[in-house]
Amino acid sequence: MAIKRADDFEIRREHIKNLTDEELEAKFWSLAEEIVNPLLELARTHTTPSVERSVLLRMGFSSIEAKGIVENTIDKGLMGKGCGNIVYRVAKHLNRNYVEVGREMAEGAHFDIALDIFNGGAR
Amino acid sequence: MELRRDQKIDVEEILKDLENYRPRRRGWHWREPVENLEMGPFTYLEMSKPLKNSYGLPSSKYFKDIDPQPRPVITTEIASGRFEDDIRRMRMAAWHGADHIMVIRTAGQSHFDGLIEGTPQGIGGIPVTRKQVRAQRKALDMIEDEVGRPINYHSYVSGEAGPDIAVMFAEEGVNGAHQDPQYNVLYRNINMVRSFVDAAEAKKVMSWADMAQIDGAHNANATAREAWKVMPELMVQHAINAIYSRKVGMNPKNICLSTVPPTAPPAPCLRLDLPYAVALRELFKEYRMRAQMNTKYMESCTREATVTHVLDLLISELTSADIQSTITPDEGRNVPWHYNNIHAINTAKQTFAGLDGLKEMVELKETGYLREKARELKERAVLFMEEILEVGGYFKAVEEGFFVDSGYYPERNGDGIARKIDGGLGAGTVYPRDEDYMAPVTAHFGYNNLPEGIKNPSDLIEGCTFEKPEKIVYIDELDEEDNVYKRLDESRKYFKKEHLKPEVEWAGDGYVLQTMFLPIDVRAAEVAAVEIGKKMGLEDVEVVHKQVLQEAEGTLIEIKGKVQFEIDVTKLNIPPVQHVMSDDEIRAEIERRPMKIVAGTVGQDEHSVGLREVIDIKHGGIEKYGIEVIYLGTSVPCEKIVDAAIEANADAILASTIISHDNIHYKNMKRIHELCIEKGIRDRIMIAAGGTQVINELAIEAGVDQGFGRGTKGVHVATFFVEKRRELEAKGLI
Repeated sequence: MAIKRADDFEIRREHIKNLTDEELEAKFWSLAEEIVNPLLELARTHTTPSVERSVLLRMGFSSIEAKGIVENTIDKGLMGKGCGNIVYRVAKHLNRNYVEVGREMAEGAHFDIALDIFNGGAR
Repeated sequence: MELRRDQKIDVEEILKDLENYRPRRRGWHWREPVENLEMGPFTYLEMSKPLKNSYGLPSSKYFKDIDPQPRPVITTEIASGRFEDDIRRMRMAAWHGADHIMVIRTAGQSHFDGLIEGTPQGIGGIPVTRKQVRAQRKALDMIEDEVGRPINYHSYVSGEAGPDIAVMFAEEGVNGAHQDPQYNVLYRNINMVRSFVDAAEAKKVMSWADMAQIDGAHNANATAREAWKVMPELMVQHAINAIYSRKVGMNPKNICLSTVPPTAPPAPCLRLDLPYAVALRELFKEYRMRAQMNTKYMESCTREATVTHVLDLLISELTSADIQSTITPDEGRNVPWHYNNIHAINTAKQTFAGLDGLKEMVELKETGYLREKARELKERAVLFMEEILEVGGYFKAVEEGFFVDSGYYPERNGDGIARKIDGGLGAGTVYPRDEDYMAPVTAHFGYNNLPEGIKNPSDLIEGCTFEKPEKIVYIDELDEEDNVYKRLDESRKYFKKEHLKPEVEWAGDGYVLQTMFLPIDVRAAEVAAVEIGKKMGLEDVEVVHKQVLQEAEGTLIEIKGKVQFEIDVTKLNIPPVQHVMSDDEIRAEIERRPMKIVAGTVGQDEHSVGLREVIDIKHGGIEKYGIEVIYLGTSVPCEKIVDAAIEANADAILASTIISHDNIHYKNMKRIHELCIEKGIRDRIMIAAGGTQVINELAIEAGVDQGFGRGTKGVHVATFFVEKRRELEAKGLI
């Protein structure tokens, strides 16, 4: 896919060669923004196992527990809800401490309740 | 626990009670500039607050032991595979002026999907784990108190577990990290979508912790075939990471561009690298510069590497550097050795001290080649970004191999690193957030469907680990065999005087370096050098450097190898340090009361070198303190030296006596002593004698006041005379 091309800088630069340094710099930054905006939107609206593990770490789970909870969440098709959310809601439903409940979820427990709460994972 | 400068840092003490350690601060520390810093005989224009404890450059002894600290934070990269040994190196580095300790991760950690726990041994770096980070941060707390300046601790927030690591770093008080999704994509082949989603979360966490971020653009220099041709792309890579970070919420003052002068001599590197450095700093004036040294064109010659690095530092001085990173001069031959970290730090410190105030005298030209080239680079970068958008955005551009192409953009050589949007590690692990997605924690990036009335998400769980560190789960060890305690069982003894061994990386590794010239061609020299190493008793002998001096006349060779013995230092006879006064003290005493001595080599003895070294101002001899010396030459009869002392009304006689056959040296001393008694001056004249075979105790037995042996310097003699004269004054004899 990668192309080969001779240096056609002199031709390509026609439309920018008369910009002042300030204008050129402004253009540089507006192009950079244009490139990253869709990437940011993607990050805003998506999650990953690593993002979710980082949420669970902050909730006070060990790295091993966080890994277990995320893997079980993926298995049940509930990643779109957020793993921390699932633990939080299940614990609330059981009216128990969320850390204890989460540790059990790392071992695979309580996902039936999670599926009920989140309507089987429907969006 | 407080460190004592004369005692080793106790790694086992650091490991105790680690589960309860909490970092005492968060965030990056920049050095504090001092205007017109007075130090020794100089006024510095570009230095920062001095350290409480440090070692100056070797030559600082000529300038009252000053150790001026440049303004850029100075980085050293440390990671030998054993974090416990690295802690000792960190302390040595801090004493020489490093305040940014960068820990290199073990090979393969980027591809570990989660946190590693415990303290396993690494390869080419260390497995970065909570326990290891906590132990090193704790050690650095002590070390920074000892040297008197905060030390920034740093590692990598990259790979498949970026957000996990970012959280752990934020919790553990790590001050800075590399974070750049482009690094994952291009060099670690981690799925690009995953990398950017992860990066936003990681950056958000790093922002909360006020960490400094360093990007990954410098890797393009190291990877591209002709490093200087990727300069337009480097600007694009910097821009993507900088603006992405900023939009996630990072303070631009914490966003550092990792920039390396792309070339090295014999390329005319300043002409290539300086316009680039200027253009970069203009475009990115709101951000910080982390200036790294060139590794791309590094060979095994440590001298060559050092010169390249000094030129890199010249570019930092002529433009700017907020963080000056250093590359060890041995990086072209092995994983850095202890003392090469120190050499690299000193290369930076030395160069900046030498260049202090340069910009008061020279400035970069505002017209001509430099400006034109800088403008051209900016235009090429703009065109690069235009084409990214034309092909459909960043991901498309990566798929089409835009990056790390060896062409000078818009030239393209078709050899860039291309990745597929659905390829790489972690492909297919990105999930859309549903409308009811929620995360009840602080510093979470993106869509978060919080319940009504909740402002800070972590209120839902009464605070997350960022507000309540007691919630952090500390895992000690997972592997019963591969851990620090097992390693210490083996290495502990090497910290005791009874088991001294040379060391370059790990306690007791036994490595030494041997430099030799062999008057033979390079191929034969290489084989012969290994044989020489073996005959010297070394094991695992390897040639680490070779350089043809002339293909028939000979070769410079360096080998490394391990010694197979230990030294029991307790059984050595270590002579006590000869006491010396400071130069200033001696001078003040001579100024208070001038001193005159007569000196000569006595007997039938034509040796003069030793005595001249002790006397002559140009060798740092006693004349430099203002002591007046009447030098009588060689083969001076004892009678003559005593008569001359009387005639000149001298305070002292300094006799040199090298020949020792039949104890003639002690006999001559005795003779001088007796002659002084005869002439009635012995109680008010000082007599010292020196020579290679002179032992102080025997000299005193022979009747003189002091004997000086091999290795004597002017300062030893001057100290003796000054102190002895005080004694005579106190007794009222003079």
